[in-house]
Amino acid sequence: MTIDWTHFTPWAALAGGALLGVASAAFILVNGRILGISGILGGLLIPRRSDASWRVFFLLGLILAPTSLSLLAPELLSAPRIDAGNATIVAAGILVGLGTRYGSGCTSGHGVCGLSRLSPRSLVATLAFMASGFATVYLIRHVLA
Amino acid sequence: MNRLSEFLIGLIFGWGLLISGMTDPGKVLGFLDVTGAWDPSLAFVMGGAVLVSVVGFALAKKRARSFLGTAMHLPTARDIDRRLILGSLTFGAGWGLAGFCPGPALVALGAGIPKAALFVLAMVAGMLIYEMLDQRSARSV
Repeated sequence: MTIDWTHFTPWAALAGGALLGVASAAFILVNGRILGISGILGGLLIPRRSDASWRVFFLLGLILAPTSLSLLAPELLSAPRIDAGNATIVAAGILVGLGTRYGSGCTSGHGVCGLSRLSPRSLVATLAFMASGFATVYLIRHVLA
Repeated sequence: MNRLSEFLIGLIFGWGLLISGMTDPGKVLGFLDVTGAWDPSLAFVMGGAVLVSVVGFALAKKRARSFLGTAMHLPTARDIDRRLILGSLTFGAGWGLAGFCPGPALVALGAGIPKAALFVLAMVAGMLIYEMLDQRSARSV
């Protein structure tokens, strides 16, 4: 195993991660909700549900994060590197949408909130999507490439 | 108060994703590429997040109501079944393909990145496919 020291950013990762933890803790304590993005977004797509407004306000905050941060602290922003072509992006999006709803959660709901409330179910989910992510990247970069 | 708090928490979560590097697919894939030049940063993101929120959830479990007086919507599902595992494996495959998971994709959409918008459209389509395939679903995390 070789470490990519040039891209390794432990302090930004810890600081950003702590903010994710603050938001997740605040959401359950203040609003009584689990901060799981796929569940919050997916719940909007079920027409029979009548709890759209809290989902919309949360998602609005999320979507306005880049604009607000660029005004407050632009030095904290970096340009994303997106190598995937459009066809790969579409395939990936469909898999993520389908998989997170079928598995009842993603990196936030299972990964952060689930592990934090010591849920065995979320631990299994997190191990499964991490393993699958590792395997997919291995296949693409080291087998098929 | 509820709406304001939901909005602000969404904002803070988005900042966390931006600062941590989660909104950069290149960085995410660098973490998932363990056998290549490995960037362990995202393990620190997860560690930092869990270290903080584990305290929040320990306090939350003791409460009957939220600070704003609403019900505590703590998940009740405990079953480790085929849905959970197959769903998570499917999600991981998509995550590894493009380097986007749902939160960062929505934040990157907010930054006006066209490929993020395309990803979110496809992700919503995937969620709608799920709703069509699984009418009895009422569960969510």
